[in-house]
Amino acid sequence: MIGDLRFRTTGGVGRLLIPLFQIMLVGYAVLILLPLLNMIFSSFKSTREIFQHPYGLPSEWLVSNYRAVWVNGGFAAYFVNSVVITGISIALVLLFGSMAAFGIARYRYRLALFVYLLFLAGIMLPLKAAIIPLFLIIRRLGLMNTRLSLILVFTAMSLPATVFILTGFMRTIPRDLEDAARIDGANDFGIYRRVILPLATQSIALVTIYNSVPIWNDFFFPLVFIQSDRLKPLPLGMSVFFGQFQTNWGLLFAALSIAIIPMLVLYLFMSKYFIRGMTAGAIK
Amino acid sequence: MNQRTLNRSLWISFFILPGLLIVIVFIVTPLFLSMFNSMFAWQGIARREYVGFENFVKIFSRYPYKDRFLNAFGHNVQWFVTTMVVQNSIGLLFGYLIYKRIAGAELYQRVFFIPVLFSIVAVGFLWGLYLNPNLGIINHLLHDIGLHSWARSWLGDEKLATPSIIAVNMWRWVGFPTLVFYAGYNTVPQDAVEAAYLDGVGEWTLFWKIMVPLIVPAITIITVLTLIGSLNVFEQVYTMAGLEGGPYFSTDTLSTLFYRTAFGAVDSGIPEVGIGSAIGVVIYVLTFGASAVSVLGLRSREVEL
Repeated sequence: MIGDLRFRTTGGVGRLLIPLFQIMLVGYAVLILLPLLNMIFSSFKSTREIFQHPYGLPSEWLVSNYRAVWVNGGFAAYFVNSVVITGISIALVLLFGSMAAFGIARYRYRLALFVYLLFLAGIMLPLKAAIIPLFLIIRRLGLMNTRLSLILVFTAMSLPATVFILTGFMRTIPRDLEDAARIDGANDFGIYRRVILPLATQSIALVTIYNSVPIWNDFFFPLVFIQSDRLKPLPLGMSVFFGQFQTNWGLLFAALSIAIIPMLVLYLFMSKYFIRGMTAGAIK
Repeated sequence: MNQRTLNRSLWISFFILPGLLIVIVFIVTPLFLSMFNSMFAWQGIARREYVGFENFVKIFSRYPYKDRFLNAFGHNVQWFVTTMVVQNSIGLLFGYLIYKRIAGAELYQRVFFIPVLFSIVAVGFLWGLYLNPNLGIINHLLHDIGLHSWARSWLGDEKLATPSIIAVNMWRWVGFPTLVFYAGYNTVPQDAVEAAYLDGVGEWTLFWKIMVPLIVPAITIITVLTLIGSLNVFEQVYTMAGLEGGPYFSTDTLSTLFYRTAFGAVDSGIPEVGIGSAIGVVIYVLTFGASAVSVLGLRSREVEL
């Protein structure tokens, strides 16, 4: 049972502090929401109106900004690239990550710890700092300027934390379940596929969110590996767009809205999952 | 080897190898190659002769490498200290207020986390527009409310540029420590809190003497993540100040310096792979060393009930 957690202060200072805290909390909430609201309003304004009347609703809602960004600005392609790259990377991360976690958590052998540590090598060390050899490797493999380069690097980048989280979970599953399935004639793959995976659904949902957000948002690796405009994912495409349309603020705000609103809508419906997923690496 | 063991080894390999292969090729190998490459002289992307620690000596002691390096590193330190002091303290407080079910707690929890999901690039560009000296809404607002003298060239002033970028990053990220600390407070046994109240412990003492010592594991994690983040600041500077870390390198960080050195846009425009690799290795060592130190340092302060 959860007891009453509320402040039990009766002193005068306490009575002053709580309203002060409320002001801080409201202040920060406003500080988050107003700039976003302003971004959305501005995305429907003409550049001239943004400069002259930066606050408030647009006098006339210009949908043309969005059309210009989506069609002429190439955001349709950027968006599709982001979806494809994130989708395939996550599929590979979940498949290979859960398989590796199974191979580490469900068997006892001498090299298990070594294999586990190899996977974890990347968990604390930022892969960015190894971009030079990574660049040379990608070049050697003939993958420069392909979506595959990003898919492979994102998969690699996400595997350590995924293996860590899933191994931790799979170790807690009792052996009896596995033995029962084995007696029923299941082979190792059957056990992985039909016994362990169904039990791990929740942790798999967790690592999906944990990995999707950084992959969807990543800017650094596309910056290094992708040159063709038609292959760029959203964040990189956006930086190109910002370079090209520096003075057309109506378009810039529309571009930002296109990048931010989908995430906002998803979050509105699944905030609990997002919070749990994003903090998964930090909370045991 | 009998059939059974062989079979078992094959299964283990089947499960582990695909992931392991990817991790070895794209993480472990680049890691070691960075160290290897940093020991050589390079011409463009062609490796020349072995030079030992020459590249590291250059970074730490020779003009212009040393000056650029120390300048950039100084900004990473500034990122870390400011973020720890301002953002994480706010997180510690906000997390506690939400834990204490202050009115509106549910709502705050959800709202504060919104910008955490956005890409740094989008947030950086958005605030770049807002902070624009002549056209941005911030200076516009300051003029409108009569604070004309407060208006600044936020990103164009050498003294203000880094603090402004850090502030934008904190705007995006405060929700993260808030919720990690919130989860930390929730792990504190309710009995302990009740017992403290029965003993007549006040709110102030409860927070500092009981709650904070009990959430040291969460504090450790946030400290390490802040360290890793601060040593690897890149997109924030790229979007708001540019790859050159302008104005006059006042926003330069190890990662932007590293990128320019590696891909050739520093002063000469020629990539210097040897020096770049050395900077990469330094980033690794710093990240790992500082994380290890803070984990060990904070572990000694962990309290268990």
